[in-house]
Amino acid sequence: MPIRKVMKANEAAAWAAKLAKPKVIAAFPITPSTLVPEKISEFVADGELDAEFIKVESEHSAISACVGASAAGVRTFTATASQGLALMHEILFIAAGMRLPIVIAVGNRALSAPINIWNDWQDTISERDTGWLQFYAENNQEALDLILIAFKVAEDERVLLPAMVGFDAFILTHTVEPVEIPDQELVDEFLGEYMPKHAYLDPAKPITQGALGFPAHYMEARYGVWEANENAKKVIDEVFAEFEKKFGRKYQKIEEYRTEDADIIFVTMGSLAGTLKEYVDMLREKGVKVGAAKITVYRPFPTEEVRELAKKTKVLALLEKNVTFSVGGALFQDFSRALVNESEKPKIVDFILGLGGRDVTFKDLDEALAIAQKALTGEEFEEVNWIGLRKEIL
Amino acid sequence: MAESPFKADIERVQKEYSEKMTPGAIVYLPGSSVVNKTGSWRVFMPEFNRDKCVRCYLCYIYCPEPAIYLDDENYPVFDYDYCKGCGICANECPTEAIVMVRETK
Ligand code: SF4
Ligand code: SF4
Repeated sequence: MPIRKVMKANEAAAWAAKLAKPKVIAAFPITPSTLVPEKISEFVADGELDAEFIKVESEHSAISACVGASAAGVRTFTATASQGLALMHEILFIAAGMRLPIVIAVGNRALSAPINIWNDWQDTISERDTGWLQFYAENNQEALDLILIAFKVAEDERVLLPAMVGFDAFILTHTVEPVEIPDQELVDEFLGEYMPKHAYLDPAKPITQGALGFPAHYMEARYGVWEANENAKKVIDEVFAEFEKKFGRKYQKIEEYRTEDADIIFVTMGSLAGTLKEYVDMLREKGVKVGAAKITVYRPFPTEEVRELAKKTKVLALLEKNVTFSVGGALFQDFSRALVNESEKPKIVDFILGLGGRDVTFKDLDEALAIAQKALTGEEFEEVNWIGLRKEIL
Repeated sequence: MAESPFKADIERVQKEYSEKMTPGAIVYLPGSSVVNKTGSWRVFMPEFNRDKCVRCYLCYIYCPEPAIYLDDENYPVFDYDYCKGCGICANECPTEAIVMVRETK
């Protein structure tokens, strides 16, 4: 029987790692995800997890050790956030290019300067072009589940890409919620042992990994990463279905909430989706036709699902905790691209909010709604809006 | 030119090598550089004038790749599949039998 425990998302991530039985975990502490490797090191020390726990001197080394271990052929896990993930940046490309299915848990946190340890998504969003798969958790249960799912997708032979699972700093990493810990036997059945056919260490059968790729081969290797991302779309659907069958919890790349006959659909990711559902409920009671959509899988980008979503509404209002300077948010770019050649498309309004841990309140969402309603009624509106900005101190 | 001591290996690699891209661009076959050409990014290429050559072999000795072989009459032969166009051979050649020319495709 699965047990329910009250825990933080950090602990949920550590439990997910324990259940997935990685052979190597290399990690460096960083707020807010420090507790993940701490908890895992306890599991290892107590003999509950048979793995090599490598203490390293930086995140660059942590991910490098993971690349080495994964290239040798074992399941590998690490956790980080913010500047730590940024320090891994160089190696993230290598992990993806070498097609190593490493999984990272990321406590989504703002980037410096000014130094800020609180939540937004700039860290993982900034790594969107590395080739890594990206999942975003709404709550602690999702943090646990999505890590298991990430391993399964990453290790699929049609994919073979590393994956990161993001959960919001403090809002999730340090907040306790009841989390169901699935049975080890079921997880074993779901994941199986990692048996790489492409990258493993065997002195009897030497191979070269990470070799120099001349212009004659580099493009094809990069296309391999592109193709694997495309393949991942189908594989993720399959793995979500299998997960639901085994564990009873349903996941979708884009989860919709009360989108039927909605004039405006708010779109977001992570824990903000929880706030948004409450907000939509409140507006629906007042007869305002709004809906919510949550992006669970950000890379590969669910283009087809976005197109389906767009058909259901007149305005897509994107709520994002990240900035792509002079453009808006990353989602704004992605959504624009997905819809650019559609003959009929809703208006898209972008909202940047909640950066660096600023609370996103109903008042903020009201502000966004007012602008989205302008777009709905055909009035002039700003495409990119900073919500909750303290203009009086500017 | 004497027969390569690695002839058997080279032939085996030539037989087994497939140019198919592997996941992660992993090289499964040791020695595959004998078929996996590495001279694709050259800008200048050495042009050889046999009449001027005195067979001193400086080019042969200095080529860092090594992309220069000797033919049956011991004249240098340039293997453009491996030559990077560095120009060292032309620089070393005492008789200007080698000149670097811009390569056009
Ligand atoms: S140009 Fe450089 S690489 Fe090419 S043959 Fe001359 S020395 Fe060798
Ligand atoms: S260095 Fe010049 S002269 Fe000497 S062998 Fe080479 S081409 Fe001939």
